[in-house]
Amino acid sequence: MTTAAHPTRHQLPPAARKAKRRSAALGLLAWAAGISFCLPALWMLLTSFHSEADAATNPPSLAASLTLDGYREFFGGGGGPTPWPPLINSLSASVFSTVLVLVLALPAAYALSIRRVRKWTDVMFFFLSTKMLPVVAGLLPVYLFAKNTGMLDNVWLLVLLYTSMNLPIAVWMMQSFLSDVPVSIIEAAQVDGARLPTVLARVVAPVAGPGIAATALICFIFSWNELLFARVLTGVVAQTAPVYLTGFVTSQGLFLAQLCAASVVVSLPVLAAGYAAQDKLVQGLSLGAVK
Amino acid sequence: MPPQAARSNRARAWATRAPLLPALVFLVAVTQLPFVATLVISLFDWNSLDPEDRAFTGLSNYASVFTDPALRESVLTTVLLTASVVVASVVLGLVLALLLDRAFLGRGLVRTLLITPFLLVPVSAALLWKHALYNPEYGLFNGALSWAAGLLGIDSPAQPDWISEMPLLAVEAALVWQWTPFMMLILLAGLQSRPAEMMEAARLDGAGNWQMFRYLTLPHLRRYLELGILLGSVYIVQNFDAVFTITSGGLGTANLPYTVYQTFYQAHEYGLASAAGVVVVIGTIVVATFALRVVSSLFREEATRA
Repeated sequence: MTTAAHPTRHQLPPAARKAKRRSAALGLLAWAAGISFCLPALWMLLTSFHSEADAATNPPSLAASLTLDGYREFFGGGGGPTPWPPLINSLSASVFSTVLVLVLALPAAYALSIRRVRKWTDVMFFFLSTKMLPVVAGLLPVYLFAKNTGMLDNVWLLVLLYTSMNLPIAVWMMQSFLSDVPVSIIEAAQVDGARLPTVLARVVAPVAGPGIAATALICFIFSWNELLFARVLTGVVAQTAPVYLTGFVTSQGLFLAQLCAASVVVSLPVLAAGYAAQDKLVQGLSLGAVK
Repeated sequence: MPPQAARSNRARAWATRAPLLPALVFLVAVTQLPFVATLVISLFDWNSLDPEDRAFTGLSNYASVFTDPALRESVLTTVLLTASVVVASVVLGLVLALLLDRAFLGRGLVRTLLITPFLLVPVSAALLWKHALYNPEYGLFNGALSWAAGLLGIDSPAQPDWISEMPLLAVEAALVWQWTPFMMLILLAGLQSRPAEMMEAARLDGAGNWQMFRYLTLPHLRRYLELGILLGSVYIVQNFDAVFTITSGGLGTANLPYTVYQTFYQAHEYGLASAAGVVVVIGTIVVATFALRVVSSLFREEATRA
């Protein structure tokens, strides 16, 4: 009699029980969607630990023994070329361009959010509009310029281009993160006699710091992923990891396990950075418009 | 105003603006100047294998872009590829976002699983689809087909050659897989910004799930949907990695970025490639004008809130 008034855990009213079952079903559905979306990536991971013979079976062998041969081969264990030069090129192009982006974007974002220059929205939209300019449209002149100045196959050229590619995104993201810093606190600090470096270190950095770090990670990801510029503007010396990956297949025939190992290794830095910046990722990619 | 005060005003205005200058100058030099050069080159008949014959030809390269069947086809391919990938990934992303917008055990982990495709290096993802999934002999898809056929007692199951039988669809599937997480993340942000009181009130008024979705959630999501569609279009119109890796632009999958790349890098037709590049820009500007309007409406709200 009293169960309807005081439902216990085991005696929920029918409607609530139905809602609970439905919610459990939807949770399972979400899990199924998550696993099936991740499946190709998990398959790549599994294949990378198989021997070449086990990797190329049909139907697939799930019970095949695991080995590090694919990775050993990829890192030149079999006497083949080592991937270190392209990996180091990618790392330097990405890190140096990220640093340069921060150096250029931080003051700009500071002016746009805290100082609020006049017509600041116009400036913001100028930055955004450069991002809408497809890269292919400027590729040929850049190539000709590089060829005539001897800068082809040079990592520093990639650093410059990746900086221009990421600068608009960084300005937009950081503008939105710096806008989170209450101007009244900054003014109060200034009234108390704090100078700009102190204000930046004590007031701005703690609030905007995590966002700035996420911005840096996203710029790193974009530079690391880039293929078209690297493909056209580099050759042997400055080849980056994505270019190495595309050439890797044709030059050595197809070794599936080794290719999967290579893809895993090249993707690892991005996966790590992406998982770390997960929450801020969407804001960065939607140019700060979604909070 | 006494001249001194005016001067100090001007100085202050410059001091405010100065931090912007390095970034602005850098961007103009590295992105705008090359585009101006592209515009100029597009007016010349210029094949780099025959540099002596370089001549001013006015707009004839543009005429070629629109009359050359291969180039026209790549315009069509670009539109098809972009539209289908964006629509499919937005719809899938919306479904996934709705699933993830509720509390369940391990939600964080599922979200992490779902964004993984987006975090693979695009070249790795394309290689994965081409070799580990689509390969007719030992790809996962045909492997799964023969495994399922084995269970049913069929000896020689169909083993389609996915890429050559449905090249454009093969590229699109790989891109949808990579872009769905992006749409999901944007739409999830939208769902989580719904005002809770309003949802509560509607629930108390007896609104059903479908009614709540149709009359509250969907209108609220509109701007996030627009943002996802337009940013997705701007990124996918420029896609190069998947087309280059999976089909090398063959079998009718060459989109404009790939065609521009091929025209100048392999065919050495500098003038023609530049004209095609300018056409890509015009197409993107059309899309981007809408994109800017959407972003600016989101942005204006934020600006008035601040």
